[in-house]
Amino acid sequence: MNHWVLLPVLLPALIAPLIVIATRFDIVLTRVFSVLSLVLLVIISAILVGQAFDGSITSYELGNWAAPFGIVLVLDRLSAILVLLTSVVGLFVLLYALNGWDRRGQHFHALYQFQLMGINGAFLTGDLFNLFVFFEVLLIASYGLMVHGGGALRVKAGVQYVVANIVGAGLFLFAVGLIYGVTGTLNMADIAMAVKEIPASDQALLQTGGLLLLIVFAMKAALVPVQFWLPGTYTNAPAPVAALFAVMTKVGAYAIIRVFTLIFGGEAGESSWLAAPWLLPSAMVTLAIGAIGVLAARSLGQMVSFAVVASMGTLLIAVGVFSPSAMAAALYYMLHSTLAAAALFLIADLVTERRARHADILSVAPRFMQAGLVSALFFIAAIAMVGMPPLSGFVGKLLILDGLRAEPGAMWIWALILVSSLLLIVGFSRAGSILFWKSAAQEGRVLARLRPRAVPFVATGGLLASIVLLTVFAGPVMVFLEATALQIFNPGDYQSAVLLGESGGTH
Amino acid sequence: MEFLVSSAVGVMAASGIYLILRARTFSVVLGLTMLSYAVNVFLFSMGRLAVNRPAVIAEQALGYSDPLPQALVLTAIVIGFGMTAVVVVMALRAYLESDTDHVDIQVIPQKRGEQ
Repeated sequence: MNHWVLLPVLLPALIAPLIVIATRFDIVLTRVFSVLSLVLLVIISAILVGQAFDGSITSYELGNWAAPFGIVLVLDRLSAILVLLTSVVGLFVLLYALNGWDRRGQHFHALYQFQLMGINGAFLTGDLFNLFVFFEVLLIASYGLMVHGGGALRVKAGVQYVVANIVGAGLFLFAVGLIYGVTGTLNMADIAMAVKEIPASDQALLQTGGLLLLIVFAMKAALVPVQFWLPGTYTNAPAPVAALFAVMTKVGAYAIIRVFTLIFGGEAGESSWLAAPWLLPSAMVTLAIGAIGVLAARSLGQMVSFAVVASMGTLLIAVGVFSPSAMAAALYYMLHSTLAAAALFLIADLVTERRARHADILSVAPRFMQAGLVSALFFIAAIAMVGMPPLSGFVGKLLILDGLRAEPGAMWIWALILVSSLLLIVGFSRAGSILFWKSAAQEGRVLARLRPRAVPFVATGGLLASIVLLTVFAGPVMVFLEATALQIFNPGDYQSAVLLGESGGTH
Repeated sequence: MEFLVSSAVGVMAASGIYLILRARTFSVVLGLTMLSYAVNVFLFSMGRLAVNRPAVIAEQALGYSDPLPQALVLTAIVIGFGMTAVVVVMALRAYLESDTDHVDIQVIPQKRGEQ
């Protein structure tokens, strides 16, 4: 059997206890192991993308228990590309954290590894209850990371975050229970087979379960009306953690894509396209709220948080119409928005630590250290985030607009996306001109006790370089993502790979 | 039995939700616990309610109850227990650092935490 599929989960799961037990008192060794793990993860996930490249779907049976009785990990194009995205963002964000953030509290690196284990597991698992378990793994690590460094405000925001997510976990269990009660299985491919033959009397239970799942995933993806936790959490979280959390919203988006195309997709009989009537309107409101929030934000961190909400809205609008061309565009935008959001959170922290008591509040303050360099980074990242040419945000939004062209009501969706982009541009240029331009014209300098180092700039620059690469190679990437979307909308391949063990997909 | 179990799930979930919506962390923690109890009983009943049936192979058994929900409940209990511990510790720390046990961020008195 091909064991590569297990490695993105296994490697961080082994490194984390090693860090806790063996290298706890040696920060250098801890950092070496942590970075080494991430470098290996990038290599492994690149190999996995290569493995899924030709459309083959690998099903890995844990403990060699045959599906649907045992738990399976499934590697297809979608999960492979998202694991790669996680590793790349994880590596750069970790490099940034080496600049002191990792020493402001206990066990940063171990929690970071557990977080990656949970995220990778959620992307790879083919079992609904196992998805719940990996959600809990990534959440419990994120609780620790969220309050890393302490502080009253941060811990308060942390409590809200934990409470919201525990309620979400409860809903998840209700949903899993309902679906299991009706279909009698937890393997996602097997559930997909079972829902075709659910009698009409059980349809209500099944659909209730499905929609409860939608609420849970929407909460992770920060979709209205359950987006309320995100701005407070991301604004108050330590910067590298907020940057890593940019991947976490994508776990929600991934779960929506997976469950509502595989299980409640076109072949689910009466429950076909269960999410469609809810997802699109909700995503549109999310985009509007995100864009308005960007205008209303009082600090750079808060503004980036609302920009994340807006980007999730854009992404899920494209997912919500459930068509292959829009899905490919959505996946491209997902890669782009994760990188851009992570970069912006890091830049917000660069600003915060240089402006001393002014932090990242949007107010005019005297000139700070390295203002030119930081403002250049902000300029690039903001252009990417708001979707102006020439970077990938523009390409992504263009693809989404193009993918939505055939939809009913496309006019309204276009108008919403374009107007909200304008609001984002206004918000970000206002922030940029206050923080950098007007402040640069002030007399004097802010004195920050800070030794400038190269590592944070390498980390932020790495993320921005990834955005540039994503723009330059948009053609080949889109070819891959269109194939991915085709695979998503042909769930038969996934089912036969898991249940019959046929790895060669026809799509 | 069906009525008893279903009303137990309903009452626990309802009181859990009511408590979660309170403003102080202690009642919120209690509410989360109630909700997780409701979830556990609900999961358990999803394997269908049956009396006197073994979950694993027995010689004189006439039928079996579904063992899978019982395994799921065990996992859910363990995770729920761990999560409750986490939220208690965090609520305590939030109380100690901000001198108030309000869940709301706005109520923090002047003492603002460092960024």
